[in-house]
Amino acid sequence: MSDTADRVKKIVVEHLGVEADKVTEDASFIDDLGADSLDIVELVMAFEEEFGVEIPDDAAEKISTVSDAIKYINEHKG
Amino acid sequence: MRRVVVTGLGLVTPLGGDVETTWANLIASKSGAGQITRFDASNQKATIACEVKGKDHEYGFDPDKRIDPKIQRQVDPFIVYGLDAAGQALEDAGLTEMDEATRERAGVSIGAGIGGLPGIEYESVNLHERGPGRVSPHFVHGRIINLISGQVSIRYGLMGPNHAVVTACSTGAHSIGDAARMIKDGDADIMLAGGSESTVNPLGIAGFAQARALNTSMNDRPEAASRPYDKDRDGFVMGEGAGVVVLEEYEHAKARGAKIYAEVVGYGLSGDAYHVTAPHPEGKGAELSMRMAMRKAGMEPGDIDYVNAHGTSTMADTIELAAVKRVLGNDLGGASMSSTKSAIGHLLGGAGAVETIFCILAIRDQIVPPTLNLDNPDEGTEGVDLVPHKARKRPVRAALNNSFGFGGTNASVIVKAVED
Repeated sequence: MSDTADRVKKIVVEHLGVEADKVTEDASFIDDLGADSLDIVELVMAFEEEFGVEIPDDAAEKISTVSDAIKYINEHKG
Repeated sequence: MRRVVVTGLGLVTPLGGDVETTWANLIASKSGAGQITRFDASNQKATIACEVKGKDHEYGFDPDKRIDPKIQRQVDPFIVYGLDAAGQALEDAGLTEMDEATRERAGVSIGAGIGGLPGIEYESVNLHERGPGRVSPHFVHGRIINLISGQVSIRYGLMGPNHAVVTACSTGAHSIGDAARMIKDGDADIMLAGGSESTVNPLGIAGFAQARALNTSMNDRPEAASRPYDKDRDGFVMGEGAGVVVLEEYEHAKARGAKIYAEVVGYGLSGDAYHVTAPHPEGKGAELSMRMAMRKAGMEPGDIDYVNAHGTSTMADTIELAAVKRVLGNDLGGASMSSTKSAIGHLLGGAGAVETIFCILAIRDQIVPPTLNLDNPDEGTEGVDLVPHKARKRPVRAALNNSFGFGGTNASVIVKAVED
């Protein structure tokens, strides 16, 4: 498991208050982890902070699973 | 006519995270005051407050009992306190599991005077230092006043009136009075009503200190600083916390065999039409408010046994007392009157609800809570029982709570032991 994946999952666990084993790469934030649209805004902000990337709104709207987030961050982090 | 009774109580205060702990400490003459621990207050004019204690404290508050950690993270403390007090009140009333028809007739009116000032302060600094993209998406709905009512409604599925009073330090009393009227008018059979506040933050303390409202002369003696009616009083001590009651239509409560604490029999409200922070020097607004409540209750002087005064430990204490004397008589018609702000500080928007609950408990236990630190009573207090230092057993059939706020807003609520 990559370092990015670990750090993304840790943020998801902290922000959504879910069990770590539920945060699989296929997990959907809304359907599987009980997030709402505002939780996702908050998660995206936390990813930006953690990885020093900027995630514009149109890109953020396409991030719906844990793997979407990992993929975007790996492609864009400096 | 529909009658309104109280069937559940909930408290989060500087003296306890629940009703019985708070009440026991209040009756034991304990003080909730101390140095501010929430932030470094060393550069403030007032360095003391009555803070709600953490869960490790002997009489602390544990938010994890009832509130999802995710919600705790998203909202200001005043919402956490209000939501917990509402949960306590529903549990006390045996109303946590209501069918849909009952929930459609159950509403919420829990207000605050100021709302989420700590979060506003934090995000304002955040905005300036890091830019708009760093402001929390939960900023607005985690700070605005009606979001206690909103959160309570969502948590417990309450679909009746969803309201929130904002009348500074009379919020809690107005909430109870207004919600009782909603039940009388048939808008609901059950209402959760009360108030909450938490502004123990740098901006809150500085703001009230600059308005010359806070005690700044006794930072070295926090437990002595709130001293209503005493000659040496010089401002209030900031408190925080929440009080929520379950109000219920009398027949509805009887039909389900509910425990009934008291009946809400009188409610008065008025405006001073005088000054933004100072009360009318003759206490005319206070007098009008009390007279209206007495008239609605059909009561005469002598029918009230206990007055929980607004009594903030400012110059206004004796103005209120003069107004109470004009309404109840120079000896208050035999009533005892105390200010529990001497023990828990001033809970601002929470005060009126917390203090109405103290009135209800005074009726339940036939004991009146004390006015702490009343060492040298000021002029005008002669011949009045201000219950100095120690609680006292006495008959309490009915009690009146006064709450007055910035803007010259006044509210009085009368509760009474229930009679068929």
